Amino acid sequence: MRRLTQTRARRGVLPGFGLSTGFTIFYLGLVVLIPLSTVVLRASALTWGEALAVVTSPRALASYRISFGAATLAAAVNTAFGVLVAWVLARYRFPGRALVDALVDLPFALPTAVSGIALCAVYSRNGWIGRWLEPLGVKAAYSGLGVVIALTFIGLPFVVRTVQPVLEDADRELEEAAAVSGATRGQTFLRVLLPTLVPAALTGFALAFARAVGEYGSVVFISGNMPMRTEIAPLLIMTKLEQFDYAGATAIATVLLVASFLLLLAINRLQAWTRALAGQT
Amino acid sequence: MSLEAGPVTAAASAGGTAVAPVAARPPGGLSVVATRCSAAPAGFRLATEDPPWMRRLLVAGALLFLGAFLLVPAAAVVFEALRGGVELWWKAVTEPDALAAVRLTLLVAAIAVPLNTAFGLAAAWSISRFRYRGKTVLLSLVDLPFGVSPVIAGMVTILLFGAQGLLGPLLQAYGVKIAFAVPGIVLATVFVTFPFVARELIPFMQAQGTEEEEAALVMGASGWQILTRVTLPNVRWSLLYGVVLCNARAMGEFGAVSVVSGHVRGLTNTIPLHVEILYNEYAFRAAFAVASLLLLLALATLLAKQIMEWKQREDPVRMMEP
Repeated sequence: MRRLTQTRARRGVLPGFGLSTGFTIFYLGLVVLIPLSTVVLRASALTWGEALAVVTSPRALASYRISFGAATLAAAVNTAFGVLVAWVLARYRFPGRALVDALVDLPFALPTAVSGIALCAVYSRNGWIGRWLEPLGVKAAYSGLGVVIALTFIGLPFVVRTVQPVLEDADRELEEAAAVSGATRGQTFLRVLLPTLVPAALTGFALAFARAVGEYGSVVFISGNMPMRTEIAPLLIMTKLEQFDYAGATAIATVLLVASFLLLLAINRLQAWTRALAGQT
Repeated sequence: MSLEAGPVTAAASAGGTAVAPVAARPPGGLSVVATRCSAAPAGFRLATEDPPWMRRLLVAGALLFLGAFLLVPAAAVVFEALRGGVELWWKAVTEPDALAAVRLTLLVAAIAVPLNTAFGLAAAWSISRFRYRGKTVLLSLVDLPFGVSPVIAGMVTILLFGAQGLLGPLLQAYGVKIAFAVPGIVLATVFVTFPFVARELIPFMQAQGTEEEEAALVMGASGWQILTRVTLPNVRWSLLYGVVLCNARAMGEFGAVSVVSGHVRGLTNTIPLHVEILYNEYAFRAAFAVASLLLLLALATLLAKQIMEWKQREDPVRMMEP
């Protein structure tokens, strides 16, 4: 009895520890862990040599290059503009600000198939924006640029939503001190504000990147899906599944899973860093 | 475009005099800097504010970016959907295959959302109310489906339940079809919407602390009473928001569902899959008409988010530092 009381005191006194933790682990295992482990299990049907051949085939390598390359570009665009949008939303009052603030989350709420066909319609040769790019020699839809556009769309809210709270909570006194010390606004932004935004912006970058690497729905409509040129890695998995090449599909899926696992670790570290920095000031 | 300055100057112009900002902000170095450019109350700018031309430029840049990536595509959906008039739109939306897709989507969400809500509550209770080893690992694992490509989420269902899958032969012997059928669509949806409710609830309940529940415990409340009378009323808005997000994703999921669905019209087609089929058949107007339903769902989700944020701010819930 005494032992039980001690355990409870250490753990927390509220009831339901066993039930809630047990159900959490059971459901997590059933829905996520067991299914995901079958990927590795299936991939191990191949020998190392075979798996390596699948994973490093020219078509697979091209698909990683497109997926990771376009995801990097899109996340970089989103970081630059995300900081700008977060700044404008956190610091300025202008007509329609609340509406814009709410609209930023649209890519989270809009089904990817809809964003896919909408972006394709807008950026294709006859589209509202595509027709202005065409005379400039820029082919937006059915090209690598199309992949970047789609990935930019779906990753857009991440940086805004990680940076905005940091800006809203930022202590204005630091900026005032910089101004008193004779710094220009530009210097204050670069030397005082920007360093405090770096962890949050990096977290947003990593989140947008992670989402973009696995994205499928919004890309397949606008990219044209040309092998070696605009075929993303998730689409290659899809193609292999349609050809019943399950071992090949799982081998490439394992590469993506390892990448997303590493990203998850990086994001956790970045978030801890953001929190630590927020605690300091 | 008329641009007001930040909240500080807004307070200043409401006060009408140059003294107001000093009252609005704690006095200090600020007033010294402020007087440097205090020609008139209207043109008055604090040192921590940007000149008007810069504000306009930055706002314009941000709006241009959001316009090109958010507003124009959303407007294009509405425009393309209604291009042929409301009658054609109505015809595309109420045609039997579209209605079957709507029914299946509602069914899938009706199964996936309650399951993941129950999980979200259990996970949030376990993680925010107790201290134990391995909690951070558990928390990371809850996030895992966010990092997994939807295509892989769908593939997993086929690997387990497909004809060549681990459980395939067993299921075939009993005549149960999961992959390329409705149960597979449900399973894939449960996987991709897994973290939503838990992800909303955990940080909120961690921030709230356990004092109220402990007080209830001391007064003799049972676990069930604590949950239904103390916890649930306190977390209702973030719970509801998690449910709304979970629902939006469940109804809109495309990649995962696309892998496991057999793409049988009228049978295993959800709304997003129906959009894809129509689009690939060059039935653009019908595709956008059905897509406009999903746009409506997205806008309703955003509206619900706003309302819940306001409600949460109104709620007299005492927030405690974590």
